[in-house]
Amino acid sequence: MADAGNARTARRAALAPAREPDELDRRIINALQGDFPLSPEPYAEAAAQLGIGEAELLARLQSLLDDRILTRFGPMFQIERLGGAFCLAAMAVPEDEFERVAEQVNALPQVAHNYAREHAFNMWFVLATETPEGIDAAVQAIETATGYPVYPFPKEKEYFVEMKLQA
Amino acid sequence: MDATFRMDDLDRRLVLATQAGLPLEPRPYWVLGQQLGMEEAEVRQRLGRLLEAGAIRRIGAVPNHYAIGYTANGMSVWQIDPTVIDAVGERVGGLAAVTHCYRRPDHPPSWPYNLFAMVHGKSREEVVAEVARIAALVAAEFPGALGARDILFSTRILKKTGLRIGG
Repeated sequence: MADAGNARTARRAALAPAREPDELDRRIINALQGDFPLSPEPYAEAAAQLGIGEAELLARLQSLLDDRILTRFGPMFQIERLGGAFCLAAMAVPEDEFERVAEQVNALPQVAHNYAREHAFNMWFVLATETPEGIDAAVQAIETATGYPVYPFPKEKEYFVEMKLQA
Repeated sequence: MDATFRMDDLDRRLVLATQAGLPLEPRPYWVLGQQLGMEEAEVRQRLGRLLEAGAIRRIGAVPNHYAIGYTANGMSVWQIDPTVIDAVGERVGGLAAVTHCYRRPDHPPSWPYNLFAMVHGKSREEVVAEVARIAALVAAEFPGALGARDILFSTRILKKTGLRIGG
């Protein structure tokens, strides 16, 4: 299936980072994974702490986003605290159906991220909706669209979460 | 802490305006204020309140794990005796190599695991070794609590948008 192969390569290229982060990129990423100032000129303040100029920091951040080294720069929401709902779900999809199903799953705006994993359950995605009922509706929509069952793995309890990685 | 932060309409518009990212402008909060018809100071105050309430985990850079060298993203899954799972979860979630740790429902017999711990590493071997260390630690500190375990490695990101609420 050359078409499926090409589409897969194109999609991977679209998500893969365009370059390696250099020393300054790493310093910026490590310094700015939290506590971004709420002052009127936060980039100037953050840049001063890094020993660079505000314009340089802004240009670097734009380049990190353009080159997909950062997926985003801004607030990271705890969606449940906003009254929304959030649920990990998995599917077991036959290999020859995988690309079609991935496209159908990704087409739903409620799918925040989606990973291929090595297991009989080979597709793992996170559903984010404004209401708990939205999760059930999204699960049903995916089952209807793809013809495969969706296994929801709602979070019953969250233990200590740090989510910061050293670049 | 309150499980749900009561957002008013302006909070909601602020979330919608920032969930794709903060403006890369010297005065990002002023720019947001212009968009939303709010004073800059009010934007900053509201973001501060959302942070305090835990509705925003943090503001800053969200790195593409792959781009900063964490190419091996292993979701370790564990079958833990339900009577001690919270103690095990607190212990495992507090380890430096674990970025997320959750209790989730099992789906026996195909899915016996009820504890999920995301382990990021620079290589698959590093993740495998770390998970073996965690298993030894759990076995030593919680005798008899650990049943089956597995690691699901991600092979590709199929989608990553960050969590969005609808407009």
